[in-house]
Amino acid sequence: MAMTKPMSYKRPEDLKGTLLRLLRYLGAHKLSLAAVAVMVVLSSMANIFGTYLLRPVIRDFIEPGDMEGLGRMVLKMAAMYGAGALCTLGYNQLMVRTAQQVVAQIRRDLFLHTQILPLKYFDGHTHGELMSHFTNDVDAISEALNNSFTLLIQSFVMVTGTITMLLVLDPQLTLIVLFFLALMLLFILYSSRSSKKYFHQQQACLADLNGFVEEMVAGQKVEKIFNHEAADFAAFCEKNEALRRAGTRAVSYSGMMVPTVVSLSYFNYAVSACVGGLFVLAGLTDIASLSPYLVYVRQSAMPMNQLTQQANFFLSALSGAERIFRMMDEPPEVDQGKITLVRGETGPDGTWRETEKGAFAWRKPDGSLVPLRGDVRFHDVRFGYVPEKTVLRDVSLYAKPGQKIAFVGSTGAGKTTIINLITRFYEIDRGTITYDGLDLREIRKADLRRSLSVVVQDTHLFTGTIADNIRYGRLEATDEEVRQAAVLANADSFIRRLPDGYDTMLVGDGDNLSQGQRQLLAIARAAVARPPVFILDEATSSIDTRTEKLIERGLDRLMEGRTVFVIAHRLSTVRNANAIMVVEGGKIIERGDHEELLSQRGRYFQLYTGQAELS
Amino acid sequence: MELFRRFGAYFHSYRKYAVLGVLCVISETIFELVIPLIMADLVDIGVASGDTAYIFRQGWKMVACAVLSMGLGVGSARFAALCGHGLAAEIRKAEYRKIQSFSFSNRDRFHTESLVTRMTSDVTTIQNAVTTGMRPGVRSPIMLLTSICMSFLISPKLAVVFLVAAPVLGFALFQIVSRVRPLYTRMQGAVDQVNRIVRENLTAVRVVKAYVRGDYESAKFLEVNEDLRAISDRSFRLAALNMPAMQLVMYATILAILWIGGNMIVQGQLLVGKLTGFLSYVLQVLNSLMLMSNVFLLLTRAMASGRRILEVMDEEIDITDEKAEPVAVERGEIRFDHVSFQYRTGAAEYVLRDVDLTIGAGETVGIIGGTGSAKSTLVQLIPRLYEATEGTVLVDGRPVDRYPLVHLRDAVAMVLQKNTLFSGTVEENLRWGKADATEEEIREACRVACVDEFIDRLEKEYQTELGQGGVNVSGGQKQRLCIARALLKRPKVLILDDSTSAVDMVTEAKIREGLAAYLPHTTKIIIAQRITSVLHADKIVILNDGRVDDVGTHWELLDRSRIYQEIYHSQQEGAGL
Repeated sequence: MAMTKPMSYKRPEDLKGTLLRLLRYLGAHKLSLAAVAVMVVLSSMANIFGTYLLRPVIRDFIEPGDMEGLGRMVLKMAAMYGAGALCTLGYNQLMVRTAQQVVAQIRRDLFLHTQILPLKYFDGHTHGELMSHFTNDVDAISEALNNSFTLLIQSFVMVTGTITMLLVLDPQLTLIVLFFLALMLLFILYSSRSSKKYFHQQQACLADLNGFVEEMVAGQKVEKIFNHEAADFAAFCEKNEALRRAGTRAVSYSGMMVPTVVSLSYFNYAVSACVGGLFVLAGLTDIASLSPYLVYVRQSAMPMNQLTQQANFFLSALSGAERIFRMMDEPPEVDQGKITLVRGETGPDGTWRETEKGAFAWRKPDGSLVPLRGDVRFHDVRFGYVPEKTVLRDVSLYAKPGQKIAFVGSTGAGKTTIINLITRFYEIDRGTITYDGLDLREIRKADLRRSLSVVVQDTHLFTGTIADNIRYGRLEATDEEVRQAAVLANADSFIRRLPDGYDTMLVGDGDNLSQGQRQLLAIARAAVARPPVFILDEATSSIDTRTEKLIERGLDRLMEGRTVFVIAHRLSTVRNANAIMVVEGGKIIERGDHEELLSQRGRYFQLYTGQAELS
Repeated sequence: MELFRRFGAYFHSYRKYAVLGVLCVISETIFELVIPLIMADLVDIGVASGDTAYIFRQGWKMVACAVLSMGLGVGSARFAALCGHGLAAEIRKAEYRKIQSFSFSNRDRFHTESLVTRMTSDVTTIQNAVTTGMRPGVRSPIMLLTSICMSFLISPKLAVVFLVAAPVLGFALFQIVSRVRPLYTRMQGAVDQVNRIVRENLTAVRVVKAYVRGDYESAKFLEVNEDLRAISDRSFRLAALNMPAMQLVMYATILAILWIGGNMIVQGQLLVGKLTGFLSYVLQVLNSLMLMSNVFLLLTRAMASGRRILEVMDEEIDITDEKAEPVAVERGEIRFDHVSFQYRTGAAEYVLRDVDLTIGAGETVGIIGGTGSAKSTLVQLIPRLYEATEGTVLVDGRPVDRYPLVHLRDAVAMVLQKNTLFSGTVEENLRWGKADATEEEIREACRVACVDEFIDRLEKEYQTELGQGGVNVSGGQKQRLCIARALLKRPKVLILDDSTSAVDMVTEAKIREGLAAYLPHTTKIIIAQRITSVLHADKIVILNDGRVDDVGTHWELLDRSRIYQEIYHSQQEGAGL
């Protein structure tokens, strides 16, 4: 089972762009970061200056035996050191705080973006892969922010400080040091750029593995039934090995930076020593100042060293950020609709006012109102999930307000697709869909969907109590309304037998409920929403027919005067529909009510008598 | 320590890299200690005596050392990477293996999202600890030891200051580490929660969109996101106390030495030059300590993650091959001997109660019953997806736990009510049933399951890519693919758990007829809602509220079972032809 999808490693490696965007996130915390920077500078200065002072103190106080002076000096240094340590405390705390705020902000933006992405995007990615952005990629950023920012400033201060000292001691010799420092910097930049692609591979492999694990853990029952553990394990090992390779390559590559920079610093040291020695011989400098000079030369490499040690965190973070930003750049669902859904009634004085319980209406941008009636029409609609494969061909249909419209037809004929278009989960390729005479695209998506209550084929429940899950349909529903919806969906009796009744916690998509019970909850959820238009897509497929009958009666009462779309295979449930559309091969081939269709002796007749014949 | 021993076991094939890596770091460190000595000679001998040749000789020596240490450094980085990522890969492998063997009650104790984090995020933490911790972890103790030795050599009396500083430092570090450890564990728990919300939003994206609950979900997310931020903030800030604490001790030590050393010099107990040398070693000591404490914090975090991983590894698998004998299922006769079942031991209610039922080999049995009557639960006991709480499930007269799981599940094919297809092509999914199936076999199974009716309408037929969960095929198509997948196993027992609910009647009838011919001797258990799906069965079992209400043929039941009559009528009502 090769589940490998072609992973694109060759992305535009936009290092600068990613960095800039990351900086923009940091920009919101300008003040904190400035404070951090100041404290880092102070703390580093305390450190450098303290080290520098040791020699003068020994020379000026200890050698002459001035103990009083030494005492004063020690106290002064203690004060300085204390302030330094305090600054260290300050910047560390503030930086972590800021870093975690930035990271939380990134996670938040990422999540908000997933909320507006079109379904098409989700169809093409495994869940684990997308989840990996939230954990692995964000983690990488967090790791780096916690340390790298302060280290960067610290290194900068250290380098500047040391170079100043060197310049004071010997400006000529310092040229050598500057040359080597520039060389190190160039090397760091160059190898970061080239090792970034390996980090990119690492994060991509990690996401791929995450996706695989997620999918397999979710589908474990099937794995067990098919004794497929060994095959999956082999596939897992393949991905695991790919990750190991990518990770090893990335880290070894970036790990080379540290020793290279270290030995460059030794070269620097050696060259400085030799040239310095020659200078002494030539009388350009004296031996007494050469030794301290060389100590500083050695010190000058330390910050570079520190920086390179952070390289793999930094590079992981950059590729994590790049992946995150790429997802944030995915175009969101198109929604140019300006028509909104309102509720209100015309008062005795003839003016219309918004009220909580009034009739639904569409409000056009110009303020005019169109009453919501549930009149849905398709005009020559053509659609395909992928451009190459047309699923619906020139479908035209109409649902009169208050009608119960049923779609029947063999599986894969395009029934669910029609529903997906009414809810505007996908965009049509050609033709128009109108809703109460308005172009569907003109209606704001959220309002369009609020006017519909959909029970989708695959039932999904959320972690939370049973009551929470039903209330999902209308958040402000009272306990009593929740219960009534459950009664209507015939879920009340089983819920009450659960250990905590309506307060029973559901976890893991309600795994311990039967499929039928889950469907009952989904129906209750839709019922509590009380929308003007109802869509039931195989909503009762796992429910026994006796219960189904009871629900149907309840729903019929609830939906009186409302437009209902039903997809069902049990033709008995659609018999009383006002209009039945027979969908076949992406076209509507027959329409009419039950009697008419039977008398046509076409496909519907076949389907229906198929059942009759068997019973 | 137990933790290290346990994880050490995953190191096996990477041990040599660990050793090599450590050796590299040690030699590199030695070079680092040697280079200043060469330098000292350069200045003290070469420059002092004006020997240019000597100066250059020493210069070359230093260059040679630098090149060597670079080689060693590159080596150590490479070996650390091999080790860290190797260890991580081994842990993930072991964990995956373990999770595969989890029963569903094992899984309930962890939740899916947590299992996924424990395999990725937690492992990454350990991996980071090895790859970034190895160099400083080995280097600093060496530096520390040499520096301490040197300073004792210079002045044992002054070195006593270390004896005060070290415990203070140790105490501070201990305080931090012991407090931060539980926080790290909670932090990973918060990661689980973020994962949970994201995961739910991905699986239920249609529901969220249909109910326009984006804001609601975002609010939920923001809550867990804030929790994660708060706990990360607390953990990392606590860990960050390490730095200032170290600095404080370090500075205090320097000043103490300056003061005490100064006094000693004045009293003539110490030479000025020695104090200068001593101080440079003090800086070295404190620097090493700082690096070591960072490694310690890395380890602390890794240990918190390690513990979470060990929780998975230590979970006792409750469905095992313990009692298995090497036999395979021959005929496919099934017997439920007074079976009762509950999902959690100690739960108030039984899901199944005292089920006593025999299904003969080769029989076709229908199971019918109200929503929540435990039909699915009953059949899942046969391939031991769950284990009976009381009573015994027997296949061919032998309790199911006496078969090796592999043989048992090989003989039993089951199409679940909640179908799962995996990302990959149609063919790859079908091959789950039989990995080495010929094209002929696949086509035949697809013909029987009526997959052939729509396969040519898919984009690339058998090579069509399915998204996770098979999002790009319709419900009925999914069900038929799942049936075909099960048929390829050519099982002794075939269980269809409401697996034709989205398939129309004509197709369903076709599939049923095809099945009879394709698997004539297979025991078939069909759970269904529609009477038409089961009325041809040899017998029909009526389940009601977890009990067997009645067993009989269609006509017998129609005659005597009130429940059956009701179901029948609910489906006949108005069918009026």
